[in-house]
Amino acid sequence: MSDNLFEFLCRMGDNTLVLGHRVSEWCGHAPVLEEDIALANTALDLIGQTTLWLDLAGEVEGAGRDADKLAFHRDVWGFRNLLLVEQPNGDFGQTMMRQFLFDAWHLSQLNALMDSSNTQIAAIAEKSAKEVTYHLERATETVIGLGDGTEESHNRMQAALDKLWPYVGEMFTLDDVDAAMVDAGIAPDPASLRPAYDALLDDVFAAATLTKPQDDFGHQGGKSGKRHSEHLGHMLAQMQWLQRAYPDATW
Amino acid sequence: MYAQMIKSTGEGVKSLDEMEPQERAFQERINAGGKIEPKDWMPDGYRKNLIRQIGQHAHSEIVGQLPEGNWITRAPTLERKAILLAKVQDEAGHGLYLYCAAETLGVTRDQLTRDLLSGKMKYSSIFNYPTLTWADMGAVGWLVDGAAIMNQVPLQRTSYGPYARAMVRICKEESFHQRQGYDIMMKMAKGTKAQKKMAQDALNRFWGPALMMFGPSDENSVHSAQSMAWKIKMNSNDELRQKFVDECVPQAEYLGLTVPDPDLKWNEERGHYDFTQPDWDEFFDVLRGNGPCNKERLAARNKAWDDGAWVRDGLMAHAAKKRAAKLAAE
Ligand SMILES: [Fe+2]
Ligand SMILES: [Fe+2]
Ligand SMILES: [Fe+2]
Repeated sequence: MSDNLFEFLCRMGDNTLVLGHRVSEWCGHAPVLEEDIALANTALDLIGQTTLWLDLAGEVEGAGRDADKLAFHRDVWGFRNLLLVEQPNGDFGQTMMRQFLFDAWHLSQLNALMDSSNTQIAAIAEKSAKEVTYHLERATETVIGLGDGTEESHNRMQAALDKLWPYVGEMFTLDDVDAAMVDAGIAPDPASLRPAYDALLDDVFAAATLTKPQDDFGHQGGKSGKRHSEHLGHMLAQMQWLQRAYPDATW
Repeated sequence: MYAQMIKSTGEGVKSLDEMEPQERAFQERINAGGKIEPKDWMPDGYRKNLIRQIGQHAHSEIVGQLPEGNWITRAPTLERKAILLAKVQDEAGHGLYLYCAAETLGVTRDQLTRDLLSGKMKYSSIFNYPTLTWADMGAVGWLVDGAAIMNQVPLQRTSYGPYARAMVRICKEESFHQRQGYDIMMKMAKGTKAQKKMAQDALNRFWGPALMMFGPSDENSVHSAQSMAWKIKMNSNDELRQKFVDECVPQAEYLGLTVPDPDLKWNEERGHYDFTQPDWDEFFDVLRGNGPCNKERLAARNKAWDDGAWVRDGLMAHAAKKRAAKLAAE
């Protein structure tokens, strides 16, 4: 049980860590000042959530690792984030489409986790849900605004959706870790979140004049850690470099 | 100081007797410590100078995101990453308040941005230096935010209301930044041998450029005299630089680091440290565009602006469609 719980907590924390890192790459380079501020704010929330999830993961594991140890001293195969969040930023449209596709799942996951049988998880979910509600609002507005903007912005948003769509399926697949969480009343069955997700996307894409791709193929391997994309290794090389180069230092 | 080498348009400071009644009333209000507000009458020179000064300050906040943003993806712990992100976010916020303050004088943010991107308007020379190690995040917070505070605290009493109020908000955050920077320096200076070396190296590289932030001596400058009469400049550059040195030297000693100035010593008679002037030739080179990072910084800002054009256009087009639909429904 504690192995599965550790895995599950790493999934939650690695999603926020990897996406937070990606979003932070924008710092100082956004299309307008207000977006710089909003992106930094999103990254900041996600990094804060990471600390909560991964500290709890370390506690459950009981091997003396804390959030920093987990974040900076695991290699690619140790990461349990969805493939979606490790995808590169691309243009601003791709970044915001990734954010929307993730936030829509993330918020319903957190809402369900607020009823978790594990009170620590419920507490983290409650705190995170407040922040993620705002992330989703903002991502939704941006997807609609750019989808239904100019011809160029529309085309870019459609291209972003087409590109990222194959990474949506992974959020809703059930594996042994998920099954153990469902049995223990800790987390919802991933598939149970899909209908509401689809309904939300249909509404938003209609307003954004975007077309959901027909093909429902979904890449797998992120949350299980079995096969990440090549992108993750480069991210870790940058993120972990200082910790790895000076392992005896405290910062 | 984030606004360097601001040249006022005046030919020397007029006495009250030489002024027309309107200007005299304006100057008397300033002399009495009153505030000038956007709708009030003001001399053209006052307006132009303030636009340049506030604009340059705003641009410095914006370009200032880059050298620190350079380390966000390599910050060594989650907490340090969060602190740095929050700091860089604050700087963007400062840019925003300052552009708003400048807009009350009749320019737009877009106009000012275009002047930054074309190189017509400047930003502080300090942001044309590279950040090479994690200790630079400490040195920048400690010295660069420290120098900014030295200049900006007195500007909380500046005569132009919107500028003074922006400064009050900004100064609060800048002092956080300075403390956080010093905290990084402390960890580094008291850390492993390698960390201590990084800390000393950062101080070596940033000391001179930090002293340059106050600008060259302006004791005999007519421009400064006018700005001081208008209370948009509160102290001379040398005064502020001396204050900065006096404050930093004991802080460096506490860290166990050596200020890279062999002639630095306490002068009992003056009650101040004697110190070596920074390399002013280097300063003018940086101002002319030949600093180590001028090209990269401006290129990064231009790229962000150009790449973002479709986003700004798209969001505006959408807003226009929504307005039209609302109008049609009414
Ligand atoms: Fe600032
Ligand atoms: Fe600053
Ligand atoms: Fe600052």
